[in-house]
Amino acid sequence: MSFFIEGNTGKWEVVLGLEVHAQIKSNSKLFSTASTEWGGDPNTQVELVDCGMPGALPVINEFCVDQAILTGLSINAEINEKSIFDRKNYFYPDLPQGYQISQFEFPIVGNGFLMIQTEEGEKRIGITRLHLEQDAGKSIHDQDIKNTLIDLNRSGCALMEIVSEPDLRSPEEAALYVKKLRSILRCIGSCDGNMEKGNLRADVNVSVRKPDSEMGTRCEIKNVNSIKFIQQAIEYEAKRQVEIIESGKKIIQETRLFDPNKCETRSMRGKEESHDYRYFPDPDLPPLMISKEKIEELKRSLPELPDEKKTRFISEYSLTNYDAEVLTDDQYVSDFFEEVAKNRDSKLVVSWISVELFSYLKKNSIELSESKITPKKIAGLLDYIISGKISNRQAKELFEPYLKSNLEAKDFIEEMGVEQVSDEGEIEGLINRVLQENPKMVEDYKNGKDKLFGFFVGQVMKESKGKANPQVVNKILKDKLA
Amino acid sequence: MTDFSTIDITEAKKLLSQKKITATELTEFFIKQIEEKKGLNCFITNTFDIALKMAKESDEKIQKGSDLGILEGIPIGMKDLFCTDGVKTTAGSKMLENFVPFYESTVSLNLWKNGAIMLGKTNMDEFAMGSANTTSFFGNVLNPIRSNDQKDLVPGGSSGGSAAAVASGQCFAATGSDTGGSIRQPASFCGLVGLKPTYGRCSRFGMVAFASSLDQAGPITKTVSDAALMLQSMCSYDEKDSTSSKKLIPNFSDYKKFDLKGKKIGLPNEYIIEGLNEEIKKKFDQCINIFKDCGSELIDITLPHTNYALPTYYIIAPAEASANLARYDGVRYGLRENSENLDDLYQTTRASGFGDEVKRRLIIGTYVLSAGYYDAYYLKALKVRQLISNDFKNAFEKCDLILTPTTPNVAFPIGEKQNDPLEMYLNDVLTVPASLAGLPAISVSAGNNNNNLPIGMQIIGRPFEEISVLAAGSVIELSKV
Repeated sequence: MSFFIEGNTGKWEVVLGLEVHAQIKSNSKLFSTASTEWGGDPNTQVELVDCGMPGALPVINEFCVDQAILTGLSINAEINEKSIFDRKNYFYPDLPQGYQISQFEFPIVGNGFLMIQTEEGEKRIGITRLHLEQDAGKSIHDQDIKNTLIDLNRSGCALMEIVSEPDLRSPEEAALYVKKLRSILRCIGSCDGNMEKGNLRADVNVSVRKPDSEMGTRCEIKNVNSIKFIQQAIEYEAKRQVEIIESGKKIIQETRLFDPNKCETRSMRGKEESHDYRYFPDPDLPPLMISKEKIEELKRSLPELPDEKKTRFISEYSLTNYDAEVLTDDQYVSDFFEEVAKNRDSKLVVSWISVELFSYLKKNSIELSESKITPKKIAGLLDYIISGKISNRQAKELFEPYLKSNLEAKDFIEEMGVEQVSDEGEIEGLINRVLQENPKMVEDYKNGKDKLFGFFVGQVMKESKGKANPQVVNKILKDKLA
Repeated sequence: MTDFSTIDITEAKKLLSQKKITATELTEFFIKQIEEKKGLNCFITNTFDIALKMAKESDEKIQKGSDLGILEGIPIGMKDLFCTDGVKTTAGSKMLENFVPFYESTVSLNLWKNGAIMLGKTNMDEFAMGSANTTSFFGNVLNPIRSNDQKDLVPGGSSGGSAAAVASGQCFAATGSDTGGSIRQPASFCGLVGLKPTYGRCSRFGMVAFASSLDQAGPITKTVSDAALMLQSMCSYDEKDSTSSKKLIPNFSDYKKFDLKGKKIGLPNEYIIEGLNEEIKKKFDQCINIFKDCGSELIDITLPHTNYALPTYYIIAPAEASANLARYDGVRYGLRENSENLDDLYQTTRASGFGDEVKRRLIIGTYVLSAGYYDAYYLKALKVRQLISNDFKNAFEKCDLILTPTTPNVAFPIGEKQNDPLEMYLNDVLTVPASLAGLPAISVSAGNNNNNLPIGMQIIGRPFEEISVLAAGSVIELSKV
């Protein structure tokens, strides 16, 4: 389903490009040995470079370079054998050097792409570049009445800025793109992708246009830190732009901020107030050279990426494209699935995980990885279904209390007394009793009222308090009524 | 008290090892000299207590005869651009008037490890921006050498305090830093030896940055032999400086075995510039003959882009400085003026913390990097810098060393050239090309002019060939022209 905004003058298409800032998962900073641990006391994780002391010099952290290369490889991108660090100059109290070390003209990673699974099928989203840069510190405005306080723990942490082409066309696509990127980053371990902690955040470029016309003027919404907010910000901003254009005014290119409380975007600074960053090559750092051998070596060390896993899941487990996408979105989930699916019917496993388990998690607002649910726990229940000891329906009814209990499937089912009865003799006894108690119905059935079959099944199930194996009931009942 | 002001490090080392003198005696002597010659304003901070303590430690080591460093027991001056742990480091600026680092620069650390003794931090042009030591917040330095007409002269800059201190016998040697001539030019004005090593030879860690792609530490000494010892003690590969070189460090004193016979000395006609002082030109010609006498072959070479070196330098150095000095914002350390809001804090702090010359260069640097001007100025300057480098590369295919005067003029009176920055910048016209190319270059005194003022000659060598540069310098030194 294409996404359009209905204006007074017709349909408007939304054109989106994302700049995602992903903090590299590394013990030390991009140019210093200071710790990157989250939540430390303010200004306790700061080396000379991170607080801009006179005579301090940056030294590149090779590990961070490797993470950027791995990320580049996993978004199908070119790795540039030579890249340059530049100084991006501006004054801000949480920017101690008075410039940010970034990459401008020659980034470490060039053109790439990733695939997202939309309702209309797969879509390729181009990636313009990925570059390395330093994070800034944090200005704290609410701790002191008169002063702003500065915490430099984050100053100098390594960021990857991943810039997409303007290929996204709806808030949903933007969300899918960020989710896909996040699952890749998490899979290779280059970033935790934790948006609450701010180690993944996005600048969203939004413009609108009439379908198939020229690109409109864009506004950039800075630092949006959740997928939900990204969608809300785009929806608000796109509508705002349509209203402005339809009222005969022009969009002014500017930087805007999203206010999640009011669910709106506000102007931060216009183009004329925009900084002149005076980028120039950082003379403290020689060009970053990466050998072909290094790239090959890192390529070999890549784990199975979400897309590769998806393809494998489709062929190995005969999953649908959609199911495979859902299960490979998160490394933890896909590992969980594979553990449960080992020697079990994969269709049954998929439906239990992607439907029952996911809706349980959603209802309780927890992530699978945060829950204490183990593959063994799910597998235990499924084995009862597979062996016919309990019915699918019974299992569904028991599912939530079972997950909340600390019991294994065997103990839980015994305790609840719900084990399915498949013993033919026992079931035959029940059937005989039901048929004896309803001679009229039996007669009617034999006279052609086929629909009464369901009535008999229901009665038998009722007699068995739901424990009778329906397949066995069906079989014997058919014989009896023949 | 014995007068140690007439001997050099090489001699002092001999006396120390023969136990004829002690490091403490040397230190006490220089402390007295520093106190007596306060009027020259060579030091911003004296560290006499530290010096005496270091001297005592050296004496103990010398007594034991073990763990002796190259400069064991030798008192020196440290340019106030090198961060010294626990000792105020100002870079000649009000901005850092009370700044006390809690870390040590690699160059100073290497010197202390080699047994050198710190007498104090020497005066300098503010953030090393100047050629006369007149931009220091702590006042100008006087050249101890007086002309026949008894005028007060500048010592040159930016390492003016270091040069004047060595020339007036307040220390054996001193560190300097050279961005466009800041070691060679004051050495030349004070009749000393100033060596700018190859870029990357000395670590820049802990050295207050002016222009990172040009800044290079080096020694100012009385003799070539001392320069070799000082450089040996200062340089190292340093993993804290990504531009520091891993090239093997030779024994620089081996320059004494380096034979100049048959070596080709290049004479670039572009350096005989308009406005070159006649007496300097005459000395230059005399030096040519000295090299002929030791069997070198003198050849004419061309460095065609020399004319563009000075403007190129005065784009690149201020551009880098504009970013390097952005950190002095009043937020974390250094000067902080009272202010109402953030912009006010930046403006008042930087307006009052920086002197005029620094401000001039920050404005130039900001301008040449600005959108719309970057290509025309900064980018073009980078390209010209490459051409200048190529000039040298081509020249060094034909010759082994290049001989030029160090400066177009001798030391000038205090107060001169103060109103015209361009005239002041012209002081660097002969030293800047080697800086842009990152080449090792030495200035050695070739004697005095008729007004008793020293004239310096510059020798430029191939990258990392400090030994041949020192060797050629010593030829001039020994000739007593």
